[in-house]
Parts: sequence; structure tokens; C-alpha cells
Amino acid sequence: MDFYLGLLQIIGVHTLLGLSAYVVLLTGQVSMAQAGFYAIGAYVAAMCTAMFGFHILPAILVAGFLTAAVACVVGFPALRVKGLMLVVATLAFGEMVRLFFFNFTWQVERGGELIGPNGAEGFRAIRFFPENGWEIWHVTGFIWIVVAVVMGALWWIDNTRAGAVLRAVGHDETAAQSIGLNLTAVKVGAMTLGGMIAGMGGGIYAHTVTHIEHLVFGVLLATFAIAYPILGGLGSVFGTLIAVIFIQGFLVEGLRFLGDWRSLLFGALIVLAMNFRPTGLLGERMPRIFKRRTGEKLELKEAE
Amino acid sequence: MMLTLENLSKHFGGVRAVDDVSLTIKEGEIFGLIGPNGSGKSTTVNLITGLYTPTAGTVSLDGWDLTALPQHSRTSRGVARTFQNIRLFGNLTVAQNLWVAQNGHEQRREHFLSRWFKPGGEHGPDIDELLQFSRLYSKRDVLAGNLSFGEMRRLEMARALASAPRVLLLDEPAAGASLEDAELLAERIRAVRDQGVTVLLIEHMMELVMGITDRLAVLNFGQKIAEGTPSDIQDDPQVRAAYLGSGHDEKMERASA
Repeated sequence: MDFYLGLLQIIGVHTLLGLSAYVVLLTGQVSMAQAGFYAIGAYVAAMCTAMFGFHILPAILVAGFLTAAVACVVGFPALRVKGLMLVVATLAFGEMVRLFFFNFTWQVERGGELIGPNGAEGFRAIRFFPENGWEIWHVTGFIWIVVAVVMGALWWIDNTRAGAVLRAVGHDETAAQSIGLNLTAVKVGAMTLGGMIAGMGGGIYAHTVTHIEHLVFGVLLATFAIAYPILGGLGSVFGTLIAVIFIQGFLVEGLRFLGDWRSLLFGALIVLAMNFRPTGLLGERMPRIFKRRTGEKLELKEAE
Repeated sequence: MMLTLENLSKHFGGVRAVDDVSLTIKEGEIFGLIGPNGSGKSTTVNLITGLYTPTAGTVSLDGWDLTALPQHSRTSRGVARTFQNIRLFGNLTVAQNLWVAQNGHEQRREHFLSRWFKPGGEHGPDIDELLQFSRLYSKRDVLAGNLSFGEMRRLEMARALASAPRVLLLDEPAAGASLEDAELLAERIRAVRDQGVTVLLIEHMMELVMGITDRLAVLNFGQKIAEGTPSDIQDDPQVRAAYLGSGHDEKMERASA
């Protein structure tokens, strides 16, 4: 049972990571910086609880807002470039963050032991959950409440003008500019929101594993982050969720009997998906069942 | 005085796409801009909307210099356009295409939260009215990418109008349209003008241009070679020689008849 709850936790935090890339991808930007944001969130939230005794909730909020601020600052120069150049620029940023935490040491003494990030050693003993008597299913429940809140918020945004504007910019930047949209503001806004979600996801992640180190937040994680919304499709937030369940639940865990050979399947799957479902598993449109029904007698009205 | 171009030039390397063009378009006017392919008409539109930065010269609206403003600020000052090759948001519905375009001066005053984060605004009264005007109301929840060519053209013009512009720049709105479609288009352009919008029309279809413009200018190799009323232009020997050639004579006469 614990195995499945643990798997649910992984799926939960990866959904947050995937959603952070989803928001940015809506504006047509492929960002490899999400693993970097996730790392910042993880270290900041862990420092808040383990070093300064915060409760987990404010710790995650602090991590989210701080990462959002970093994403906003990074967004201005990074989003001036497009396409492959953006991939390279954001990749470089992600590696910068990783190498920062590779070198970063700042420990304080708490309860007779040194706690805090310790360079290449990583950050050990992030024990908020066990210290406060949270059972594994408490943690799992907590994660999924956060995931539900974030998904709900993004679902809401998708139905507002802000969501339509993100998609408009993603479809045609020249046209978006011609109708009076400030591209920089829209893209940086999406990057900031994405950074916030990744920061919160990272903050939760750090507490579920209790030990984080720079190696985790490398290119592979960034690839996963962007693969989720691409595989799931940009129709709605559920595409990303389904892609995470498919990759983490089925490919990574379900096929464990294949050993490391299953990594090959991952690559093959991406190639297949891009050929057969170029707009993602759930496609580019919102699923019909979720759409509000609009007036029936449209034809009559026009005939007048 | 409304939209003024002063000594406007745009050079791409050695090519003078627009070369020292000055124009004054009056308020409430339908102004035509014609010229052979590659004469700099679209470049002029791109200079007015800010897609290109001019090599020299200025663009101003009511005395306000727009030349240094980015595109999105010009929209809020009242400049809107359509594209020669249609550029819609094919991943959005027809109504959403108009919704995202509500970036006019008045519309920007709406409270930040209700402007950006209130769902369902794509079915607001302004948008409905515009959709009925463009005969697209029954298609309002269809993805713009699934429209027919004529519907796309109508939607693009409606989208340009969604920001409640003061100047509407139409870049070949009748390209690919039948004569009947062009007549309906002419009706819509007049209706737009009657609501106080100034129209700059770029068009190859002479029947349309000669029929509805109050004045027009002719470009050739980036330079303005004539300006005046449709009848002035049709009688201008330089225009006939340099641009229209003999093949167009009958067409011009049919249009003026």
C-alpha cells in the first residue's frame, strides 16, 4: 500500500512540474528552466522548515513566491529569444541553478546537528513530515490537495481572457502584437506563473524525499517537465496529468521488470507520440464534455 | 488631419521599399492605397502599425508621434489592421478571437481582475454585435481554423474592429473574394466609416477601390506618384503609364461607369 501511496506522491509533484511547463508552453515557449525553478523551490522550502522551523504551508508559499520572482527576472532576457535559442538559454539557466546548489553551503545548528545545504553533499534531514507525525497518507493527501488547487486555478485561468491571450500568443506572435497584446508582458507573466508552480512542486518534493542534491535537478528532469505537456497536449490541464500518470505510473514504475531498458521505451514513445498524436494525447482542444453548452438558436438570431 | 505620414522611408539593404512617402489621411475618410505588386503598400501598413521601424520619417495620429511606440501601444491609441495573408488564432474560437483583441483605450480602463480573470467574456454584448455585423454569429463557438476562407477574412476584419479603433488599415481585404463578396465588403467598410472610423484600404480590385474611396494615393517602386480623388487618379497620365498600363483601362472605365 505504501508503495502505491509513494507512487501517488511522485505523480503529484511531477504533475506540478509538468503544469509549470504547460503554462509556459501555452505561449509557445519551450522552457528547459523548469527543473531549475523546481530546484530553487526545493531548497528554499527545505531551508524554511528544516533551518528556520516554518510550517510546511508557509514554507511552500515562500518557495513559490521566491521562485516566481526569479522566473520573472529570468523571463525578461530569456524570452527575447525564440525557439531553439530559448531552449539553449533556459537550459543554461537550469544548469546554472544546479551548479549554484552544487557549491552552495549554509548550515545552522539545530538540535545538536548541522542542518542546511552542504554543497555536493546535498541537503539532508528535511524531516518536517516525520517530526510532526504525518503519516504517508497524510502527505499524499496534502500533495493532492495542492495539485487540485493548482489545477483548478489553471482551469479557471484557461476559461478567462488571460487563458485565451496565452493561447493567442502561442499561436501567432505577429498577430497577437497587431491586436495590441504586449508580448513581453504575456510571456513573462506565463513564466512567472510557471515558476511559482514549479517552486511549490519542488518545495513539496524536497519534503517527501527528505534529502535533495543538485544531481536530481539536471537536464533529465527538465526534459521530463517539458515532455508532460507535450505528450498530454495543450487542450487542458488534464492532458498533463494523464501524461504524468502514463509516464511515471506506467513507463517508470509499471515496467520496472524491464530494468533500465525501459528508458529506451521512453524515447521510442516520444517519437511515436509526435508522429501519431502531434497535438498530444488529449489533443489541442478542450474535451467537449468539459465545454459549457452555449445557445442553441443561434441560426434564428442571425437570420433576423 | 488625422493619420499623417511624413517623409516616411524604409530601406531593406539597397532596396527602397518605401521611399520618402508623405500622406495625410483625414478623419472619417476612406483612403485608398494602390500600386503594383512590390510597390511598398504593405510595407507602409507595417510602418504605420509598428511591425517595421522606419529608416526615416514619422507616423503620427492627431499630432501624436507614433514612430517610437511599440505595436501594442499603437493599438491602444486607435490603430488596427488586417493582414494580407490572414493571421487568425486558429486554436481559439471565433468569439475568443475577438475577445483577445479587446485592447483599445477604453477597454484597458476596465478593472485588471475583471478584464483578465473573469470567465465567459467572449459572449459579451460588444462581441455579439460585432459578430452579427460580420455575419459570423452562428459560428461564434467554431474554431477559427475551421472557417471557410471568406469567413476568415470577415473574422479578421471583425477582430481588428474589436479594439474599437480610430483608424482601420485593411491590407487587401478583397483578395480572393468574388464580386458579390466584394460588394458586401464595400457595404461593411462604409458602415464602419459611418461609425466614425477612418479607413486606409489597400486593394488590387479596382472596382472596389474606385467605388468606395474618397481619395487615394498611388505608389510605385516605393514612391508616391499620385494622390487625389478616384476620378483624378483615373485621368492621371502618369498613373496610367507607370502603373495601370493599357490592360487596365477597360476595367477602370467599367468601375467608373
